[in-house]
Amino acid sequence: MSNYTENELAQDLENQEYKFGFTTDIESDKAPKGLSEDIIRFISAKKNEPEWLLQHRLEAFTVWQSMTEPEWAHVTYEKPDFQDITYYSAPKQTKKYESWDDVDPEMKETMKKLGISLEEQKRLTGTSVAVDFVMDSVSVATSFKEKLKELGIIFCSFSDAVQEYPELVREHMGTVVPTTDNFYAALNSAVFTDGSFCYIPKGVRCPMELSTYFRINESGTGQFERTLVVADEGSYVSYLEGCTAPQRDENQLHAAVVELIAKDNAEIKYSTVQNWYPGDKDGSGGVFNFVTKRGICGTNSKISWTQVETGSAVTWKYPSCILKGDNSIGEFYSVAVTNNFQQADTGTKMIHLGKNTKSTIISKGISAGKSHNSYRGLVQIHKNAENARNFSQCDSLLMTDECGAHTFPYIECKNSSAKIEHEATTSKIGEDQIFYCLQRGISEEKAIGLIVNGYCKEVLNQLPMEFAVEAQKLLTISLEGSVG
Amino acid sequence: MSIAANNIAHLGVNLEATNTPISSDDRNVAIKVLEGTPLPTTRTEAWKYTRVAKLGKISFTNEHADLQDISNFIIDETKCTFVFVNGHYAADLSSREIPSGVTCSLLSESSAIGNTTLKLEGEVFNALNTAYLNDGVEISIDSKAQVEKPIQIIHVLKGDHVLSNFKTRIHAGKFSKSSVIQGFFTVGDGTNFCNSTTEISVEENAFLTLEKVQYESESSFHISTEQVQQAKSSTFSINTLTLNGGLVRNNLNIEVNGENCTTHLNGAYLLKNKQHVDNHSVVDHKVPNCESHELYKGVIDDNSTAVFNGKVFVRQDAQKINAFQSNGNVLLSDNASVNSKPELEIYADDVKCSHGSTTGQLDEEAVFYLRARGISEKAARKLMVAAFVEDVFEKIENESVQSFVNRLLKERFEWDF
Repeated sequence: MSNYTENELAQDLENQEYKFGFTTDIESDKAPKGLSEDIIRFISAKKNEPEWLLQHRLEAFTVWQSMTEPEWAHVTYEKPDFQDITYYSAPKQTKKYESWDDVDPEMKETMKKLGISLEEQKRLTGTSVAVDFVMDSVSVATSFKEKLKELGIIFCSFSDAVQEYPELVREHMGTVVPTTDNFYAALNSAVFTDGSFCYIPKGVRCPMELSTYFRINESGTGQFERTLVVADEGSYVSYLEGCTAPQRDENQLHAAVVELIAKDNAEIKYSTVQNWYPGDKDGSGGVFNFVTKRGICGTNSKISWTQVETGSAVTWKYPSCILKGDNSIGEFYSVAVTNNFQQADTGTKMIHLGKNTKSTIISKGISAGKSHNSYRGLVQIHKNAENARNFSQCDSLLMTDECGAHTFPYIECKNSSAKIEHEATTSKIGEDQIFYCLQRGISEEKAIGLIVNGYCKEVLNQLPMEFAVEAQKLLTISLEGSVG
Repeated sequence: MSIAANNIAHLGVNLEATNTPISSDDRNVAIKVLEGTPLPTTRTEAWKYTRVAKLGKISFTNEHADLQDISNFIIDETKCTFVFVNGHYAADLSSREIPSGVTCSLLSESSAIGNTTLKLEGEVFNALNTAYLNDGVEISIDSKAQVEKPIQIIHVLKGDHVLSNFKTRIHAGKFSKSSVIQGFFTVGDGTNFCNSTTEISVEENAFLTLEKVQYESESSFHISTEQVQQAKSSTFSINTLTLNGGLVRNNLNIEVNGENCTTHLNGAYLLKNKQHVDNHSVVDHKVPNCESHELYKGVIDDNSTAVFNGKVFVRQDAQKINAFQSNGNVLLSDNASVNSKPELEIYADDVKCSHGSTTGQLDEEAVFYLRARGISEKAARKLMVAAFVEDVFEKIENESVQSFVNRLLKERFEWDF
């Protein structure tokens, strides 16, 4: 072990291929490339959507055409050609499976490789995780649906929700992220293909973690997910979202919109592990992840975002909380790891509108290779938000002398009873810590894993058990031997 | 050279070209910038929280004004004091006993000065200053000179709709030690605009301290830019004390070009009524082994607004940088607001950088504690506020500046301790 030099370490890391890079060969039903009103009509017709939704899409498209791509983020990339993207692609076997045995074996294999085999999960406790598996743009397997139904919980794909619960969808969709919100949200509103819908009725505590695994599968397909989670008064739900994508040479665009609505006394916990393909060691390829995530809180409610971001070539993501109701709470826990040529500009917005609202922001950034990792956050205390409280902590860890770590916090306060604290630190991994580990026979690689896991513990602790293990693995994979 | 004043109609400037030693290159660039650049709006990131559109609606002139007595504005009893009224040198109010080792000259007296270090492109106010400069001082400290008494520059605005474009150039030679005081004041309640720029170069191993006291009327505008360049092993400190002023914007740009430099940036701002004070600072660490310390504290009352934007750059290969930045705000009124944006942009790994920003109010329990000991509520609150900003005031080393500031605080905020 002592002969294992830093250079060798770096070499190993560079050569480490993306572990989840494989392609499933399933014929798909594709729309022609490009974006126009006709394509939107095609998507809408394909999905058998009601007229109001088509109008919603068309309005969004009109708005989108008048918008320009935002450039304020601290990232540089070649802008995607929006006419060179396929906006609809569905696996051909769209028939729904009655039982797990009917599922295409190849698809089962895919899930197995991802480490989320339904079979295994079904065997485990029988109640732990319900998975709405999204392969490309159409959900093909849904489990535990019946069980949830007994409690009145709706957990289904977005297109099913449009068919079966149009009133619920119509009532809530676009109320948190309006179509005019930003360039990518508008694009998503126009062309979204599928996603997840979740509704927890009044006073119900969802007994299991709801989980959706996303996968970009078809080459050259942008994915435009739409997620809507509504927690009615006094309910509770914990929602997991995880992403892995197969290896591709061209950039893939992912512009999702996630809306959370926590009504009075409700609580939503939303956890993400994002591991889209980050591009190779020379910075070619990789997913563009431009996501709009936002939640709105009613009185006494709580929204908690937890994210572990290890993938994507470019990340542009700010899960936000609008603390509208009095006594509401917003939380944001984030670990963002960038390596090689990855770029991440991520953070949160906490908008305090109600009285006695509280927010906590814990952000841990880790930059390695030649990557750039930025925290960009907004804490806004409005005039009527009496006794608002915010605590923010943004730490950055630098692994090499070619990477960058940046912090751009915006703190706006218009109420004199507010208490706001913000602190940020940037430093490199402690040489004495590594030395201490080496001295005790722990290899450098393991030492780094150990230190990084300790550094991120505050955030990882927030993840549900099912995710914590995967997240730790991901951290280790993304960072092995990357100390400079 | 004549400049068509209507070219910058959006600035409402109605000025005659002045006869200053700005190089024609700089002046041409500045004029071009003024012609092509509109006033910044809140859509411009650097001006997100400060509206200057009002400036474009006022037609400014630059008249001479008579001033008899400036005893109220004398910060330090030093014999080296330059007084400017509306940007014009007032010989009878000044005293020019230049200490040994120092060369001071009026910009209007010199035939030519070097090219500006100011950024002109896209910077309307720097360009305005360069194109329409009234006057200013050039200070040069000899190598190894230890200047005990500070050099004092007092700038007073008097009249109405007066715009003064004023400049200070400071060159601190190798191994020298010196301090400069800048005071900005107004007489009367006119809507006046002071647009000041300061270009500073601190040579190897030099020590330079700049004390900047701003005490202008609540109807006035003040925009100032300091462009500082530090060479190897130099130490630069600046204390920006904003005690009054309608709209105040301070742009502090520090380029650390040599190793082993130390930089101190301290600022205090106490606001009431409808004041708006915006402190922007950029510390650009280009080389390794330097440290910078930034401390800004503010008290915001009534309908006033404070803005803080501090940025620390650590360039690639600028290893072993210690950069610390701290901003504290106390809000005393429900209509007061504060916008704080401490930023770090770091491209090197072996660094220790941190920033902190807090916004809050006085601790009611502490107020109660004081009241329980027979101190009136009003006095208790003042005491607490004073204790809060004391961190910054205690950084002022010059005792006369300290007592002058205390006098102003007593005058404006009735502090009397």
